[in-house]
Amino acid sequence: MSEAPDNPSSKRALPAFPVAASKALENAQLRRNMRKATSTIREKRTRAVAEMPDWEELREAGHRIKENVLRSLDTYLLELEASVQAAGGQVHWARDAQEANDIIGQIATKHAAREVIKVKSLTTDEIRLNSALKARGIEAIETDLAELIIQLAGEGSSHILVPAIHKNRAEIRELFLKKLDVDQLTDEPRDLTNAARSHLRRKFLSTPVAISGTNFAVAETGSVCVVESEGNGRMCLTLPRVLISVMGIEKVIPTWQDLEVFLQLLPRSSTAERMNPYTSIWTGVHPNDGPQEFHLVLLDNGRTRVLADTVGRQALHCIRCSACLNICPVYSRTGGHAYNSVYPGPIGAILTPQLLGLERAGSLPYASSLCGACYDVCPVKINIPQVLISLRGQVVRQKQRSRRLRDRTNPEAIVMRVIARIFANRTRYEQAQHLAQIGQLPIKHGEFIEKLPGELGNWTIMRDMTAVPPQSFRDWWRTHQQEQNRPEDKSE
Amino acid sequence: MRVALFITCFNDTLFPQAGRATVQLLERLGHTVDFPEEQTCCGQMHFNTGYQREALPLIHRFVQIFSQAEVIVAPSASCVGMVREIYPLAAEWFGDQRLLEEVQALSPRVYELSEFLVYRLGLEDVGAYYPHRVTYHPTCHSLRFLRVGDAPLRLLRAVRGIDLVELPEAEECCGFGGTFAIKNADTSLAMLNDKLRNIMGTRAEVCTAADNSCLMHIGGALHRQRAGVQTVHLAEILAATEGENRA
Repeated sequence: MSEAPDNPSSKRALPAFPVAASKALENAQLRRNMRKATSTIREKRTRAVAEMPDWEELREAGHRIKENVLRSLDTYLLELEASVQAAGGQVHWARDAQEANDIIGQIATKHAAREVIKVKSLTTDEIRLNSALKARGIEAIETDLAELIIQLAGEGSSHILVPAIHKNRAEIRELFLKKLDVDQLTDEPRDLTNAARSHLRRKFLSTPVAISGTNFAVAETGSVCVVESEGNGRMCLTLPRVLISVMGIEKVIPTWQDLEVFLQLLPRSSTAERMNPYTSIWTGVHPNDGPQEFHLVLLDNGRTRVLADTVGRQALHCIRCSACLNICPVYSRTGGHAYNSVYPGPIGAILTPQLLGLERAGSLPYASSLCGACYDVCPVKINIPQVLISLRGQVVRQKQRSRRLRDRTNPEAIVMRVIARIFANRTRYEQAQHLAQIGQLPIKHGEFIEKLPGELGNWTIMRDMTAVPPQSFRDWWRTHQQEQNRPEDKSE
Repeated sequence: MRVALFITCFNDTLFPQAGRATVQLLERLGHTVDFPEEQTCCGQMHFNTGYQREALPLIHRFVQIFSQAEVIVAPSASCVGMVREIYPLAAEWFGDQRLLEEVQALSPRVYELSEFLVYRLGLEDVGAYYPHRVTYHPTCHSLRFLRVGDAPLRLLRAVRGIDLVELPEAEECCGFGGTFAIKNADTSLAMLNDKLRNIMGTRAEVCTAADNSCLMHIGGALHRQRAGVQTVHLAEILAATEGENRA
């Protein structure tokens, strides 16, 4: 993962989405796996949501709570810190990935840990925690089944909720036979799960330090909430002596009461369940019960920069449900690897460029047909299409202000400027229409054009292009008007 | 009623038949159609591709040209979506309070054709005759931005002679997405392929929709493949009457 393109300590641009997507689309197995997984979960989500008579009100409430939090983020974070400390926990503020990794590494080293167990956490993936710990001689063991699978396979996650969505059970069986301590194994889910369970049980009972992420942190009480399906989280959060939770600063919510909204929105939107099988909420430390040392690491890593963008900041509302991924016609075909980021899909297309900078991820805002399906399903009403358009504007303006002549005079920008000038004047526009009618004659075959020049040729790879008809609407209108205005023939 | 036609640069130049059909239909229903000739383009392509500054003069132009019209109708959900949903956003982003007020005054008067017929005029039967097997593709703009609901289907169901067949996975994007079809060509084609598969599976002779943008994309592929299936804009079906049944 340390070589992955969206490494926070790198300045390298992510591979361009069109290129990465093109490659991914060729993988027929991936296409099949993605199609099956996303269509199944989509249907389940629709049913789960249809049960809720007040779903739209819940979405609006979730949106407003998050909006409110972002407006007063500083206040809520300070309140959270005070509450956690009052409950016996420790709070650390990490400006970026490196600081967060140093803080966590130091805690683990202080406890002489050679291994730590982990609950699935996108935030820890974002900061490349596992490789940072490895550099300190500490092995981070993923305990979430899908995370375990991709860790054993040495791959990156391709979905924020179902990281191994790109693997089917035959592939997983092969992997377990190779990497786990098993002699034989069928590809029945039960068998596969039991193999993983035995492997993990040994770890849960022997590892003193655990690291988790944070779904929600309540400022009022200092309580931290983690939801999950498998129970590995519960093991990690209760058995070890030391618990470290990493939290993107946008995850704070004001009051305990606010959990009511999010704990209804999240499970139905993500796994399409009425409630997560394991919802764990804890506050600080308690003598002889659970971890005796609790550390909350507050992570910025670009979030305050996102906060400064009045349109883009709504990306920070995200509660990581993945409903947008599952409904996205682009993501459900390309899979997550094509986005080359910890955060793929529609939310990734707006969050990754803002966290990493548009210079690194400028193709992601264009990885969308603006169909709007993501906005419809987002439980906290992030207007993803709106943010995409805003980010596209920033990409264009950056190029226009670039020091590189190549950027300022790129063909697309020139064509767009020319067209805008044409459209700004009726005479020029009508002239352009007539010019097109004539200019296309060499390449027109009947009512269609079979090959367009240059980049427009992308259209005619698989489609014919409608040729410009010999009479525009407005030219027809003028004759139509003349006919209307002719004195009527009275045939009586 | 006097209806100002917002033809859209796209239809004006590439699909004038949809404009002709809209005029014929509205006149048949007894309304007077005006065509403000100064109109050119609403600026959608520029704005959505990131050339928002370049789109701004086009936005001002549109607002000014149509400011006096009582009712504005367009045979295009995407362009109406631009005016109703994006124009207010543009005004906010550019901090133009005056433009925002003008846009807010204009918006309630701008309709896509099917929503005008069904919700404003209260019609479903517009006297059309179209004896063909037809499947309807709900475009993303009409479905999610304008929320025209089932207005197009209600109109189509009332067409005499029509054999209307439901399109599977209808709500999935066809993959056009404006410049997306050029910039992300392969993904666009992968999406298009599924849409085509669903259309072909209905055995329809005609695929219709409220937007010629999607139809150009779908129809372009159908034509290339010599599939024998045509794309026809909703307005043309609704305008068709006895003796005029052309597919």
